[in-house]
Amino acid sequence: MSANITVSDLSVSFRSARGYVPVVHGISFSIRPGETLALVGESGSGKSVTSMAIMKLLAPAPMTRIEGRAVVTDNQGNPVDLVALDEKQLRHIRGNRIAMIFQEPLTSLNPVHTVGDQIAEAIRFHERLSKAEARRRALSLLEQVGIPEPAKRLDTYPHELSGGMRQRVMIAIALAMEPDILIADEPTTALDVTVQAQILGLLRDLQRKKGMAILFITHNFGVVAEIADRVMVMYAGRIVEEGSVLHVLSSPRMPYTRGLLASVPRLEHAGLGQAELGTIPGYVPDPAAPPAGCAFHPRCAHNKPGICDVEPPELVEVRAGHQLRCSRWQELCLEGGVR
Amino acid sequence: MKPRPLIEAVGLAKYFPVRQGLLARNSAVVRAVDGVDLTIARSEVLGLVGESGSGKSTLGRSLMMLDPPTDGQIVFDDTEITPFSDRLLQPYRKRMQMVFQDPFSSLNPRMTVGEILEMPLRFHAAALDKAGRREKAEQALETVGLPGQYLTRYPHEFSGGQRQRIGIARALILEPEFIMADEPVSALDVSVQAQVLNLFARVRQNMNLTMLFVTHDLAVVGHIADRVAVMYLGRIVEIAPTRTLFAQPRHPYTEALMSAIPMPDSGNRRQRIVLKGDIPSPISPPSGCAFRTRCPYAVLECAQARPPLRLVEPGHQSACIRDDLTLVSPLDAVSEASPTWARAI
Repeated sequence: MSANITVSDLSVSFRSARGYVPVVHGISFSIRPGETLALVGESGSGKSVTSMAIMKLLAPAPMTRIEGRAVVTDNQGNPVDLVALDEKQLRHIRGNRIAMIFQEPLTSLNPVHTVGDQIAEAIRFHERLSKAEARRRALSLLEQVGIPEPAKRLDTYPHELSGGMRQRVMIAIALAMEPDILIADEPTTALDVTVQAQILGLLRDLQRKKGMAILFITHNFGVVAEIADRVMVMYAGRIVEEGSVLHVLSSPRMPYTRGLLASVPRLEHAGLGQAELGTIPGYVPDPAAPPAGCAFHPRCAHNKPGICDVEPPELVEVRAGHQLRCSRWQELCLEGGVR
Repeated sequence: MKPRPLIEAVGLAKYFPVRQGLLARNSAVVRAVDGVDLTIARSEVLGLVGESGSGKSTLGRSLMMLDPPTDGQIVFDDTEITPFSDRLLQPYRKRMQMVFQDPFSSLNPRMTVGEILEMPLRFHAAALDKAGRREKAEQALETVGLPGQYLTRYPHEFSGGQRQRIGIARALILEPEFIMADEPVSALDVSVQAQVLNLFARVRQNMNLTMLFVTHDLAVVGHIADRVAVMYLGRIVEIAPTRTLFAQPRHPYTEALMSAIPMPDSGNRRQRIVLKGDIPSPISPPSGCAFRTRCPYAVLECAQARPPLRLVEPGHQSACIRDDLTLVSPLDAVSEASPTWARAI
């Protein structure tokens, strides 16, 4: 089956006083119908910038410079490159073929309009419908996202709803036009775990019914295991490891991925007075002054001068579908694994 | 004989009036903390977990006498401090300090790190001269792993993790016996969170600290706490030594909370208990057991009386009347599922 979205060699730079600073370096991926791809990384890794660039929600040129391609299918079934489209053409695609949900639903919803009006507005923007018809569609959407007493909720305002309910409303708006692609940027980070479990379950159910592709941005590996089929780990604007969730979470090869996973407190050790958690020394590099060679080498326990600080490593395939960026991965595997 | 606890709360309650309607009369109260009995032993770390709205932060702030309780007693080091005025409390405030969640808003942006760290000394260690204060501030910074020359810098020059270290240094500078940490790692990235948790574990050991660690994250609490109290709608529903709570939860809310934690165990999606709905409003909590409206095991009796917290085995208390339940522990699923490399760490 062909992919719902194909991103190739996407790069993003921000203008600064000293010229353009690259923050995303040549990212490529595609997502098939019904597939969820997780994009993981720490703050400053470039994961949100990647999603905002695909949605063309960043400040326009010359403030930002976007290169590469992000190809989706338009309403007529033709491939279109989002990077090349102008604002007017984008309006037919955004919210229609590709939709997005954010971390904080309260700031994404308009406080002075009722929930029903906001969903109806999203529908009527893309489709010629009477107000009554749009309201009926809004009602059915609220039902689909599991809001209790949906008829009553149509006339409530966002502040009257809990965080979980607001995120359901956002999902209803995002799915109103049955998009091919949903970008979810930390949609459960602000929610309690019990509500997070509800929202993840809802997204999985809706995906099964509608077959959309999901790009799920998160910093939480637990959420990745829960929702994704494949995962990309991002560091300093580059994909450093990519593969199936099984491969990446159970046998990560890139030292950065291993470091991140080792820093997560694990439930099975709870209350055992365990040793220290694994940590990664130092900080994410300044995009304006990236280190030479591998961007991770100054923080890497396996850094070898003369190798790691010279050539930036390429993304190489280490087994089917599992790629990573490390000059020493073969050596490190032979040594019995990275710690 | 058991050693005397450092902090003891009996029947602690904190109500907030809610203004409603045209005349803004006090027409209702939020029972944020509703009758909590709690002890924290010397050099113990007690974890306090619950969802937003459970009252865990209010309970912590009440214990510190920052929000004086509406009802109940707080005993600190054998002295009841509840009726004390601010002046009488001052020597106690020195002995109990706090670390906040947001390292961006809890440090004054107009003060240097040195001024921030010396502020508590000006209040509580007036005998100390300028040089003495500076020396203490330098020591405190080194304790949290930051170089002494950072004293002249401003908070905006630091990352989130470094700021949280500064917040911890400020709490430690008076050499307190008790620290209340309210979601101190929630705003941090995982790798930074691990550094700060390791720091807490280290200073706790070195300074023989007693701590109340308030968080919504059960995995964090499992790592740092000796005992864990689980809170729901203003009440403690279960309290047990950490390993016991994770291995043999006795309250259905604890079971559900633990079941909802997503864990990075690939390929092994556990069967979950997904609770329906949200936490009810603390203005009008359900009758009887407050959790019964979301509880998968609720029976008619649950609506009748508020179940008291009672001993189910030594050191383990639960407020559930259903002794017949066998609840699921997250450890049942993880032990075989965790990848070999992770077990080796």
